[in-house]
Amino acid sequence: MIAAYLLLLISFGGILYFALSGHKADTGKINICFNGVSLLATIWLAINVFNQGTLLSEDKSFLVDSFNVYLIVLTAFIGFTTSIFSSPYMAHEKDLGKLTDQRLKMYYSMYQGFMLAMYLVLTTNNMGVMWVAMEGATLATVLLVSLYRTPESIEAAWKYFILCGVGIAQALFGTILLYYAAVQIGDGENALLWSVLYTNADKLNPEILEIAFVFLLIGYGTKIGLVPLHNWLPDAHSEGPTPMSAVLSGLLLNDALYAVVRNKMLVDGATHSSMAGFLMMGFGLLSFLVAALFLHRQKDIKRLFSYSSIEHMGLMTFAFGMGGPLATFAALMHMTVHSLTKSAIFVTVGHASQLAGTQSMDKIRGLIRTQPKIGWGLLIGTVAIAGFPPFGVFTSEFLVLLATMHSYPWLAPVLLLGIGIAFAGLFRHIQPMVYGEQPEGQLPVKANLWPVIIHLALVLWMGLAIPGFLADWFGQATTLIAGSSPL
Amino acid sequence: MNIEQQDFYTQAILSMAALVGLTSFLMLGQGRLLRLIFVFALQGLLLTATTALAAYSLDNYHLYISAVLTLALKVIFIPIMLRRQVLAMNMHRDTEALKNNTAVMIGGASLMVFSYYVLHPIVQTSSVVMVNALAVSLSVVLLGMLLMISHRQAIAHVVGFMSIENGLFFAAIVATNGMPLVVELGVAFDVLVAAVLFGIFFFHIRTSIDSLDVDRLNRLHEVEK
Repeated sequence: MIAAYLLLLISFGGILYFALSGHKADTGKINICFNGVSLLATIWLAINVFNQGTLLSEDKSFLVDSFNVYLIVLTAFIGFTTSIFSSPYMAHEKDLGKLTDQRLKMYYSMYQGFMLAMYLVLTTNNMGVMWVAMEGATLATVLLVSLYRTPESIEAAWKYFILCGVGIAQALFGTILLYYAAVQIGDGENALLWSVLYTNADKLNPEILEIAFVFLLIGYGTKIGLVPLHNWLPDAHSEGPTPMSAVLSGLLLNDALYAVVRNKMLVDGATHSSMAGFLMMGFGLLSFLVAALFLHRQKDIKRLFSYSSIEHMGLMTFAFGMGGPLATFAALMHMTVHSLTKSAIFVTVGHASQLAGTQSMDKIRGLIRTQPKIGWGLLIGTVAIAGFPPFGVFTSEFLVLLATMHSYPWLAPVLLLGIGIAFAGLFRHIQPMVYGEQPEGQLPVKANLWPVIIHLALVLWMGLAIPGFLADWFGQATTLIAGSSPL
Repeated sequence: MNIEQQDFYTQAILSMAALVGLTSFLMLGQGRLLRLIFVFALQGLLLTATTALAAYSLDNYHLYISAVLTLALKVIFIPIMLRRQVLAMNMHRDTEALKNNTAVMIGGASLMVFSYYVLHPIVQTSSVVMVNALAVSLSVVLLGMLLMISHRQAIAHVVGFMSIENGLFFAAIVATNGMPLVVELGVAFDVLVAAVLFGIFFFHIRTSIDSLDVDRLNRLHEVEK
């Protein structure tokens, strides 16, 4: 448990350090150090959980079990690799004159602020604090979306702020209803603790919980980017600095889904019906299909991949909604591989748009000739995210499909259609960017592609053969969520 | 059940709920920003009174803390900040011509009915005051959204946003006698940070489009043309 406290303290220290110290040339490297130490702390935490099982802190305010511990490690890992990418990237943006020292100082401070909010969402045992941290994540990132201060970025940030703020207010109403149901059976101060709620789930009033879940799903669903609440997501992802897009896509969306799944476990326990599951399946499938269609009509490379994020989050929501061991296992795995692949893609996209000097896909051409590393990175990343074997995304999508065929066979063609549409939508844009004629005067940029290589190698590894301990881990989490494990 | 048979506390809470709902409607039809902010502060004051009343009748010390927080944030800090923005922008003489005012009002009334409808399933298991309070707070949340839809000024949007928070807070106080202290402090912290960020944003939006009319924030489209 000390590791969890340490984790929160490190990020908190990071906020203060960057806010107070001012921007220097090596600030980016110090940010890498902060995230590296966080990563070590999470690994320590994971080993503890692995040896001792679920950890509950003495005052019961923190809970780490097999479900959230892997997300904590994933969060720290992507936070770390993205910080490696962000250091030269932001330095380059400053050289271009887009940013000042003052704004970079805020950027690094809020980077840690965002990480703190994410760790708090994942480790807290209190559903109310989870909400507070989720809102905190919005507040930390909203000024980063408008970091460039262009009219577009300010508009995107305002939209993000208002839509997510109003959306997440619905989740607070849901949490209040949950608390209202909980105080009827137990003591006040502890009634919002997840561990207490979960053990007493069958005593909670099912009518109240059904209403509560609708609000919780809409609230956190806004953050997941579920259609029709997704409007803020492509704007925020495309107008902010690219490292932010990588962590928003790879982490924030996951953690919002995590909050929904935690609540679903409670609601299912109380209502003994599939009402929560059906809602998630409906919203998930709608997001999946709509986002796949929108992929075709994009002109901005970062918007393209944010729609792809909506599509994948829709698929995960659908799979979690379906429930059952196989679907849950697939959804957990998809969370991991999607985060890894998507943040790798955003890293290459960042470099590609620095290379071409624009985010407009019509003007990005001939990447593979100008700088083969970036071209190949983008191509392989897209192949992976589109769900080609042998990458991990294929495995998890295949498992989702298998589970669908098992439980709802008539939905399987719809899923296949969506995957096909998304594949076509991605490749019609990627093909000319990677292979097309190289514009004159396009020069290679300084790029650090190690994060991309590591992420894609991991995804490949998970596609070829899931490492035993990881499969075991997913299995345990599945047992926790769905009751039994498919392994 | 007749209202005269309830105890004094329940009657007072029900009146408060009615007044809070009324302030939401007042805000909805308000085209002048300064008056909008004033009604918002009034709603905050009603919330403070409700919280203090609950704290007194339940003898719960941490509700006093909530009451002080509400007073400081929703009655003093945020309204003053917004007021200064309006005066600085010299917008206090403008009246926003609200389109379809009648339709918006009827929409607001329907939302209130809708809130009661949504919470109908819990009538059997809850007392009258709970159902009423929850329904009123849900309708304050929904009316806040309607306020944001029907007004164009960024300041009105912030008022709508904060009034949504008010609705949630009212639900927490009345239905559950306040959330656990740590959650309440967290929410208050988030509201404070949000208010400060809104202040920063007004400045950015003003320098970017030279106005606070959010209809002019229209560069980004779902499908690019």
